[in-house]
Amino acid sequence: MNVNVDLTTVWAFIIAFAVFAYVVMDGFDLGIGILFPAFEAGPERDRAMNSIAPVWDGNETWLVLGGGGLFAAFPLAYAVILPATYPLVIAMLLGLVFRGVAFEYRWRDPSHRRFWDAAFTGGSLVAALAQGMTLGALLQGVDVTGRAYSGSWFDWLTPYTLLTGFGTVAGYALLGATWLVWKMEGPEQEHARRLAKVAAWATVLLMGVVSLYNLLLNAEYADRWLTAPEIYLAAPVPIVTAVLVIALLRALSRERHSKPFWLSISLFLMGMAGLGFTMWPYVVPPGITIWDAAAPERSQIFMLVGVAITMPLILIYTGWAYWVFRGKTSDEGYH
Amino acid sequence: MFDTADALVLARIQFAFTVSFHFIFPAFSIGLASYLAVLEGLWLKTGRQLYHDLFKYWLKIFAIAFAMGVVSGIVMSYQFGTNWSVFSDRAGPVVGPLMAYEVLTAFFLEAGFLGVMLFGMEKVGRRLHFAATLMVAVGTFISAFWILSVNSWMHTPAGFEMGANGQFLPGDSWLAIIFNPSFPYRLVHTVTAAYLTTAFVVGGVGAWHLLRDRANPHARKMFSMAMWMAALVAPVQIFLGDAQGLNTLEHQPQKVMAMEGHYESHPDGAPLYLFGIPNEKEQRLDYAVGIPKVSSLILEHSLDAPLAGLDTIPDDEQPPVSIVFWSFRVMVGIGFAMLGIGVWSLLARWRGRLYDWPLLHRFAVVMAPSGFAAVIAGWITTEVGRQPYVIYGLMRTADAASPLDAPAVGSSLLAFIVVYFAVFGVGVWYIMRLMSKSPQPGEVGVKRGDKGPIRTAGFTPGPTQNPGDGEKLPRGPHEASRER
Ligand code: HDD
Ligand code: HEM
Ligand code: HEM
Repeated sequence: MNVNVDLTTVWAFIIAFAVFAYVVMDGFDLGIGILFPAFEAGPERDRAMNSIAPVWDGNETWLVLGGGGLFAAFPLAYAVILPATYPLVIAMLLGLVFRGVAFEYRWRDPSHRRFWDAAFTGGSLVAALAQGMTLGALLQGVDVTGRAYSGSWFDWLTPYTLLTGFGTVAGYALLGATWLVWKMEGPEQEHARRLAKVAAWATVLLMGVVSLYNLLLNAEYADRWLTAPEIYLAAPVPIVTAVLVIALLRALSRERHSKPFWLSISLFLMGMAGLGFTMWPYVVPPGITIWDAAAPERSQIFMLVGVAITMPLILIYTGWAYWVFRGKTSDEGYH
Repeated sequence: MFDTADALVLARIQFAFTVSFHFIFPAFSIGLASYLAVLEGLWLKTGRQLYHDLFKYWLKIFAIAFAMGVVSGIVMSYQFGTNWSVFSDRAGPVVGPLMAYEVLTAFFLEAGFLGVMLFGMEKVGRRLHFAATLMVAVGTFISAFWILSVNSWMHTPAGFEMGANGQFLPGDSWLAIIFNPSFPYRLVHTVTAAYLTTAFVVGGVGAWHLLRDRANPHARKMFSMAMWMAALVAPVQIFLGDAQGLNTLEHQPQKVMAMEGHYESHPDGAPLYLFGIPNEKEQRLDYAVGIPKVSSLILEHSLDAPLAGLDTIPDDEQPPVSIVFWSFRVMVGIGFAMLGIGVWSLLARWRGRLYDWPLLHRFAVVMAPSGFAAVIAGWITTEVGRQPYVIYGLMRTADAASPLDAPAVGSSLLAFIVVYFAVFGVGVWYIMRLMSKSPQPGEVGVKRGDKGPIRTAGFTPGPTQNPGDGEKLPRGPHEASRER
């Protein structure tokens, strides 16, 4: 597998970066939604919500960049993937509607706060599940004829996609729990730590099963992971992952604050690397490569200029927004 | 099995439904973001507590409207792929990059600074906070810039080449694409519409509280500011609308024919129909009431100028006339009603009765939601009037849809309808409840409730620990910013 660097490759990496940024950033706030029922109604829930209220909108914007970037840089892929996973996408969008408004509504209406808390959880869960299943649907292959999706509208529902869906839910819960370990103190932090341990085990297990399933799914995938010379490139991924898992479990057993969160993110990074290794150079396996789907050079260059100028600024002010709300949530006293 | 025509109709209804719902929120948040920036700026400049109170009062409302705008907007950005995949594939190379620019230059800006704007006053200090508010306001404008450029390109495509694979490809200049012929008109008309929409909401809320207590200084200030907007901006909007109509006549004549109800050609001066019932079958306007030759005067600046009618257009190129005819009249009617209230307010000011003329206040309350009706009517005119094309003259709507079966599109449509009415209905209700509370000295801002009971206003009445009228006490820069 040789990667010759052209504009299309650059764009593939930019989209991958946007997706990764989305997954870890919205991942932790969706994860908090997933874990919400485990928190006690009252200060614990309020504080968990407070820890993400100023940043969730920015986090979700990466989803728009991932989708919009795909539309712009690989229009054919966008035009095939969305009809192929239609019910999943609609479910995800509706889930995001419920959880997005819950941030405001729950404060506006204390007498229905429990309802909006449930909507927050339900929406987060559906969105996470749908995202994971969409990924699975992509990996298991999409039927294409000409320039359009030609499968039926339930092709995305298989045991494999269910596994990727649950894996994503577990992974987001891990990110959410470790975020809270960082942002909370005292008994609430202790609680988050216990939840994080459960989520960590679930994530590792599901990640493992999905990886093995992958090898059975498609002979080409197995070839890549198990034969020389690709195996030399591939092997570090599982090895580093194993090291990270051990470090994460140890960090969770000690009095660490931010470390488990960073380790969980690194775990996702490894997942992303494995994914890239499996899919490359397809954007819609098994038929459409990134070059088949790419927008013309003029579009790519125009956008690249935009990305080069704006992305550093975006990262700076996003970082600033996180910095403003740094520290333990309960210390801050938003009066 | 349903046939593809059903799927197409359902997809169109779904797009119209989701985008109309979405646009309600930007129409309000574009204007409100700027209004908040003005209020905060005035507060920083004059130090008057009154402005700070108003700022916090509207900030709570803004937070809800903005959240609804964001979640309904995310739906829109995926609608193109889910329901219009052929359009996405073919037009993606041209419109995709513009929408990517919108994300990069607008959405991140809005979202990045929103958290600080809502919750960060104590953390960053007044000046940086003001900067954050400005960034959010600028972001909403940039967002409108890009998305309207995309939309305008679909109306007046320019600067592209056709690819061998059927895709629209960018030509040598992106400027020709971005600044396509209808874009400047649509941008100013739509952004002005958003300002007017917001002004009427603010004015209506001010009037509502004046009707209850005409001495309320906060209500007076809101009402007065809004009435200045109505008096100054409504005439500008009518002028801009007229300019846009002339532009449309040049590029999409059949849309103007439908707006005007001109089924027949008028070789020597066309009438301006005020009323009539379009009869699509017979291709004529029943019960027409019109002023002779005035349409030619408006559109061609000459009483006797000839104007072609829909009889010159093949049937399968005509937009649905009655929808366009009526939605256009709704918008224009509201435009003149807005002008009317603006003039009335000037009269009231001149007579010194701005704050005690209950009839004026009642009218302002009735007009509070009129901006929303006008913007939706305007969009319906624009979008239905370009049918049967999605990219004008080049790609038909019927050829743009995704290969989906009607049951799939139908069930998602149903889900959107149920969820939108429930979720956004509740949100609008929360907003109205906030509006029904009169603004108080020492208004509380948006709260992320910390420990204990939440002090978000709208529920627990704002603590009035601020005795006396804060308005007359200029505050030093260091005190008074505490939001409680
Ligand atoms: C004239 C203005 C205008 C128009 C015509 C549209 N929008 Fe919009 N949109 C905005 C003005 C806006 C805004 C003012 O920037 C919003 C409204 C509230 C908000 O939060 O930002 C927004 C939010 C918003 C978001 C969420 C941004 C975020 O995550 O912060 C998305 C993804 C879209 N829109 C996408 C669309 C699409 C695909 C449209 C066309 C079909 C569209 N909008 C029409
Ligand atoms: C927010 C303001 C907007 C409103 C309220 C609006 C409203 C509508 C309506 C009512 C239709 C249906 C027309 C019909 O089918 O007869 C329509 C069609 C369409 N609009 Fe818009 N529109 C808006 C903005 C946009 C923008 C910004 C774009 C593109 C970026 C766009 C793209 C389309 C497309 C692709 C169709 C064709 C599909 C269809 O016929 O339903 N619209 N719009
Ligand atoms: C009486 C004065 C008005 C006139 C003559 C007028 C004229 C027009 C015309 C001709 C169009 C269609 C553009 C096209 O062909 O594509 C339009 C669209 C529109 N109008 Fe108006 N308008 C008026 C008042 C208003 C008011 C008061 C509002 C809202 C507060 C408004 C909001 C809109 C919007 C949102 C659109 C769709 C976007 C666009 O194409 O610009 N208009 N208007």
